[in-house]
Amino acid sequence: MKRKKQLGSTKYAKYGYIFCIPFVVTFLIFSLYPIIYTTVIGFTDFKGLGATSFRFLDDPFQNFKLILANPSFITALKNTLKMWIFNFIPQMLIALLLTAWFTDRRSKIKGQGIFKVLFYMPNIITAATVAILFNSLFGYPMGPVNDLLIRFGIIDEPIKFLINKGIAQGIVSFIQFWMWYGYTMVILISGVLGISPEIFESASVDGANRVQTFFYITIPSIKTILLFTLVTSLIGGLNMFDIPKLFLLGGPDNATLTTSVFIYNQAFSGSYMYNRAAAASMIMFVIIAILSAILFLALRDRDEDQIRKYAKEQKKLMKEGRK
Amino acid sequence: MKKNRSETVLKIVMYIVCIILSILSIMPFWIMIMNATRSTTEIQQHAISLLPSSYTMKNLSILLGKSFNPIVGFTNSALISIGSTACAIYFSALTAYSLVVYDWKLKRPFFSFIMAVMMIPAQITMIGFYQMVYKAQMTNNLLMLILPAIASPSMVFFMRQYIQPALSLELVNAARIDGAKEFRIFNTIALPILKPALATQAIFSFVSSWNNLFTPLVLLTNKDKYTMPIMVSLLRGDIYKTEYGSVYLGLTLTVLPSIIVYLFLSKYIIEGVAMGSVKG
Repeated sequence: MKRKKQLGSTKYAKYGYIFCIPFVVTFLIFSLYPIIYTTVIGFTDFKGLGATSFRFLDDPFQNFKLILANPSFITALKNTLKMWIFNFIPQMLIALLLTAWFTDRRSKIKGQGIFKVLFYMPNIITAATVAILFNSLFGYPMGPVNDLLIRFGIIDEPIKFLINKGIAQGIVSFIQFWMWYGYTMVILISGVLGISPEIFESASVDGANRVQTFFYITIPSIKTILLFTLVTSLIGGLNMFDIPKLFLLGGPDNATLTTSVFIYNQAFSGSYMYNRAAAASMIMFVIIAILSAILFLALRDRDEDQIRKYAKEQKKLMKEGRK
Repeated sequence: MKKNRSETVLKIVMYIVCIILSILSIMPFWIMIMNATRSTTEIQQHAISLLPSSYTMKNLSILLGKSFNPIVGFTNSALISIGSTACAIYFSALTAYSLVVYDWKLKRPFFSFIMAVMMIPAQITMIGFYQMVYKAQMTNNLLMLILPAIASPSMVFFMRQYIQPALSLELVNAARIDGAKEFRIFNTIALPILKPALATQAIFSFVSSWNNLFTPLVLLTNKDKYTMPIMVSLLRGDIYKTEYGSVYLGLTLTVLPSIIVYLFLSKYIIEGVAMGSVKG
């Protein structure tokens, strides 16, 4: 019986290869080749609009050295990390708080469905539109935010929000927070709903209160999902482009310049430095690859943990069975 | 008694926070839509109005009199989003099917490979991608924004997780005994079973393609090929600097379709987000 099945599956094995051909061919042309090509360009003198030929540099790492010594790139990297952190921390805190409230077994919030729909809504709106909208909202002298603050008597004179570096960065972080906290919340809620209810029941039998249950049971149980959210958000944050590009075009004074905007400006404006942009891309690629590897290892470890746990339970059951 | 009171206070706090966040979600769009109907002078006097005015048509004529063309943007974005979504879901399902149903030697390494490249963002490889497309003289060809979707590693990953429990191999074998060809079995038996997964993935693929700014901005230089996000970016330009009403109207035109579709599909979208997270 077993042999027959194996024979059957080898007969069909070729279809496994055939069905993967469109994916593999497309990947080779549109992903792998561009990755290799970008890497190669990083080692050459390739620049100028419409240029088609290039030669390798005598010092192959010259572009990488120049980029790492470029104050704008360092500023962009610092800005990107700073704006990501100031978006991620409040985003995680609010998402966790809402998750705790929405999954509370003792007091149910009414209208949860509507709240979820509204919190998630900014996420599906085109980021380009959101960037320009916020630029208008914080306009001077008579943008809606200034109007609101004056009407409520919080300020007397309109404020020039968008020429202040700190405020500009803060608004970018806020936009990211505002677009993504609903998404994170939905993911965390589904994680909490996946925890076996018995754990919560035994916790409440043991007399754990709400706060204890949340910190000692809920959070440890969704550790992997928290890590997943952290890493995907960080990778997304390191590629932040639409909002900083259109909100203030990287300004004021490079305060909202991110690495993606830097790469775009190097390659597609000014003197069209494809080689420098490619080198900067590769530096970002290495950073992202390291982060992905960390996530990959963490997720794999969890699988192994589960297998180990499962084996332990099996052993225990067998022992009990013998008794 | 005392416990009941603290319970009530907590509940009030919960509702206040939720309502504030809801207002935060609605307010920017509400101000935008109202200002789209108001004249620039009205906006300069008071930038917030909860009620509409009557300048929509005038704003529209100013908006369309310059470079902003919503119909061109809408058509191109629709073509690209529909095309790339169709490619992405069909071929991802096909690839995932081959990973579940068949036993082939390179299956495991191939799957590990997919997991490894899942996180690589398209932006990182843009310089090489642009040069390749430029040399092939295809920069203004919408196919360059559609075809790459055939290889969507993260969607293959998701589909594989879904197919494994949903599709029984006995069903495939039964069809084989009936004499059905392999490709036919995939199209007529597997695809219908995968419908729920295809629908969720289609929504996300469509939304991300519709909202994508980076790739079209790099590739498309011909005004007739501009997508909606590029049209929006034109509103940031100097020609619209003093036309507040028109800018708000332009933004509104790009947001309204998304909001309307979202309100109809929100249940599936939120379920889809929750479903995707289970893999974590």
